[in-house]
Order: sequence, then structure tokens, then C-alpha cells
Amino acid sequence: MHRFANPARFLKIARPLTGWLFWPGLALILVGGACGLFVTPADYLQGQTVRILYIHVPAAWLGMGGWTGIAVAALMQLVWRHPLAAIAGRAIAAPGALFTAICLMTGSIWGRPTWGTWWEWDGRMTSMLVLLFLYLGYIALANASARDGQAGGVSNVTAIFGLVGAINIPIINRSVVWWNSLHQGPSITLRGSSIAMDLLWPLGLTLLGFSLWFGAIVLMRMRTILAQNKVEARMQRLARG
Amino acid sequence: MNQWAFVIAAYAVTAIGTGLVSILSWRAMHDAERAAAKLSERA
Repeated sequence: MHRFANPARFLKIARPLTGWLFWPGLALILVGGACGLFVTPADYLQGQTVRILYIHVPAAWLGMGGWTGIAVAALMQLVWRHPLAAIAGRAIAAPGALFTAICLMTGSIWGRPTWGTWWEWDGRMTSMLVLLFLYLGYIALANASARDGQAGGVSNVTAIFGLVGAINIPIINRSVVWWNSLHQGPSITLRGSSIAMDLLWPLGLTLLGFSLWFGAIVLMRMRTILAQNKVEARMQRLARG
Repeated sequence: MNQWAFVIAAYAVTAIGTGLVSILSWRAMHDAERAAAKLSERA
């Protein structure tokens, strides 16, 4: 990993990779979304609303995956002092928060016709809402440390917050097993899926598509922070004469 | 309410969110890299 510690070397890879991730990701999202809307059959119980699955599951995956990425970046920052880890953590936060919010909103929209309610304070929904608040706290802390001139905009306190917040990820995952919930139990596990293949296949396309798109957005945001740091450093040098 | 109204609302929320973040992230990157390149040319 330290091979990419040099920003110039990282940018040499990140520049072409941004487009390679963004365009195939977008294409997969559009194809998977269209197939989910118009090709797959309606569910025998849920009817047409089952089509929300193809965006709700990737949003949940990226909301949780994003925080896992923040925790890994925080560990790399605190233990190995990797110079790009702080920048990566900060770059992940906004798209991670967006997908957590999308997961909550699409889940609420799905819940109304399926469960008869927009919201229920059960384990799954509450722990996902806590994740959104963790993201907002992380973004506020990272912005504050960026204003204080910390390298990459993530202080050690922010990184520790990122690590400690990761405790919520297994809680979200196991919430439907540990507590009674309106939310269905785990339907896709390592042992297989309880969803019929006729309904399941476009989910693979949207999951991969949103993941590639997420990677491209993180790279764009890392490139932005690196360029802003470069400008800031040069301005400081000019000011000193 | 028609079930399709819920489906369209969920897809619209996702499309607006991903579209906005795509545009804002690209514009921020473009502006920041252009500013950095300009400063390098001046130096």
C-alpha cells in the first residue's frame, strides 16, 4: 500500500481509473435499473414495489461499505501513518452519507405499501439512522480539522471516531436477527439466497454498477483534496516569499 | 395509492442523489485541478 503513498504516483493511476470506474458503473446502474423496472416479474406478495430492491440493497451496501472504508483508512492513518489514508477517509464520507440517506428514504418509501408505515423504531432502521448521524459527525469533525490545517483534513481524533463508529456495522447487519423487526431477515447470505433467481439477477448489475460509481466518486474527491492541498501549500510558500 | 408511484418515487430519489453528487464531485475536481495547474504554470 505504501507504493501509492506518493501523491504523484497515486494520481498517475487515479486519473485514468476515474473514467474506467465511472462510465461502466453508470452503464450497469442504468441497465440493471431498467431490467429491474421493466423486465423482472412483480412479486406474488409485494407486487410492483419489490422493484425498489434494486436500488435499496446497493444503497445499504454502500452506506455500510463506506463506513468500513473509513475505518480501514483510519487504521492505516493511525498505525502506518499512510499519507493518503486521511484523504481517502474524508473522500468516502460524503458519498457514504448520501447512500445511507438514500437507503433510509427508499426503505421508508418501500415500507409504506408493504408494512403500512413509513417508519418504525426497530433495530434495523434505528441502527441505520445512527449510521447517518455518525457520517454527519465524521464530516463535521473532518471539516473542522481541515480548517485547522491538519494534513488531509482528518485529525487523529476524527480517525479514532471513524474506528469507534465501525462498531455500528455488525449491529446493523445482525439487527434483524437479534431483535424483532418489521424488516425481513437476511435473504442473501454466503450460503445462498432465498430470493427467486427471476427477481434476483438485476440486483447483481446494480450492486456492481453502484460500487464502481462509488469508487469513481471517491477518486474524484481524493483528486480534489490533493489539488486543493497543492494550491494551499504553494500559496503558503508564496506568502512566505 | 398505485404501487408504481412508490417505485417511481424511490428511483427518483436515487437518481437525483447520484446525479447531483456526480456533477458536484466532477465540478469540484475539475476546478481544483485547473487551479493547481494554473499555479504550477505561473511558478
